[in-house]
Amino acid sequence: MEFLPENIAFGILAASAVLAALRVVTTPNVVHAALYLVIVLSSIGASFLLLAAEFVAIVQVLVYVGAIVVLFLFGVMLTRAKMGDDPDLDNPRKGPAALTALFLAGILAYALVDFFQDDKLPSLKGTSEAAITASRGTGAVGDSIFSTYLVPFEVVSVLLLAALVGAIVLARRD
Amino acid sequence: MLVNQFLLLGAALFCIGVYGVLARKNGVLVLMSIELILNAVNINMVALGANLQGDAAITGQVFALFVITVAAAEVGVGLAIILLIYRNRQSVDLDEVDLMKG
Repeated sequence: MEFLPENIAFGILAASAVLAALRVVTTPNVVHAALYLVIVLSSIGASFLLLAAEFVAIVQVLVYVGAIVVLFLFGVMLTRAKMGDDPDLDNPRKGPAALTALFLAGILAYALVDFFQDDKLPSLKGTSEAAITASRGTGAVGDSIFSTYLVPFEVVSVLLLAALVGAIVLARRD
Repeated sequence: MLVNQFLLLGAALFCIGVYGVLARKNGVLVLMSIELILNAVNINMVALGANLQGDAAITGQVFALFVITVAAAEVGVGLAIILLIYRNRQSVDLDEVDLMKG
């Protein structure tokens, strides 16, 4: 693999995402886990930018880092999680869990490398900026959601309403 | 850029998330691991979408947006359930929630 700028950027992002993700699942401090999750989610958002998916990257930062992590911190607060290190966050079956994850990683890596091998993403080099924006920019995403995927979009909005009502019904005290 | 570098990053995050779901017993941390899994799926969606040519290139991004929305709904309801478990048992230890175990 050549050392193109985008490959170096990807390497940094992938390394920070994977290391922070490992800390999310191993750290003994619940608040730190939520903060490491911020690193994972922002790195993934930046790697969406490498794929020329700027709207998904912005939504990732707005919804995940802006809303979901805050929701997690509220969850940590409301369940009175121990401040500082809490040794009692993991269950005793860590060995089998790690074995399952490694086995799954092996199978997935084998299948992906076997199928895609050295396939390259179609290069956008030489395509004009206007053409890229028209085919995969924010405007194209909007057009697609409000024409081809209009019905799924409405279904998702009803799902969000149902989740909102459901969360209120579950969490209210009476 | 290779297709595989994004797909392998997705696979790695997915497996880390699976480990988190299996190894953690604090309910909030299990939900965080589920977020890792959903994000791995999003990387796959966007990468495979970018791998397509022409008008189809947008499909991956649109489905990634739907996954983000569903994940937000899932966290809202999930945290409400965890809160209810905490209120009833004064703990979020999922190993103690075994009422439906045969």
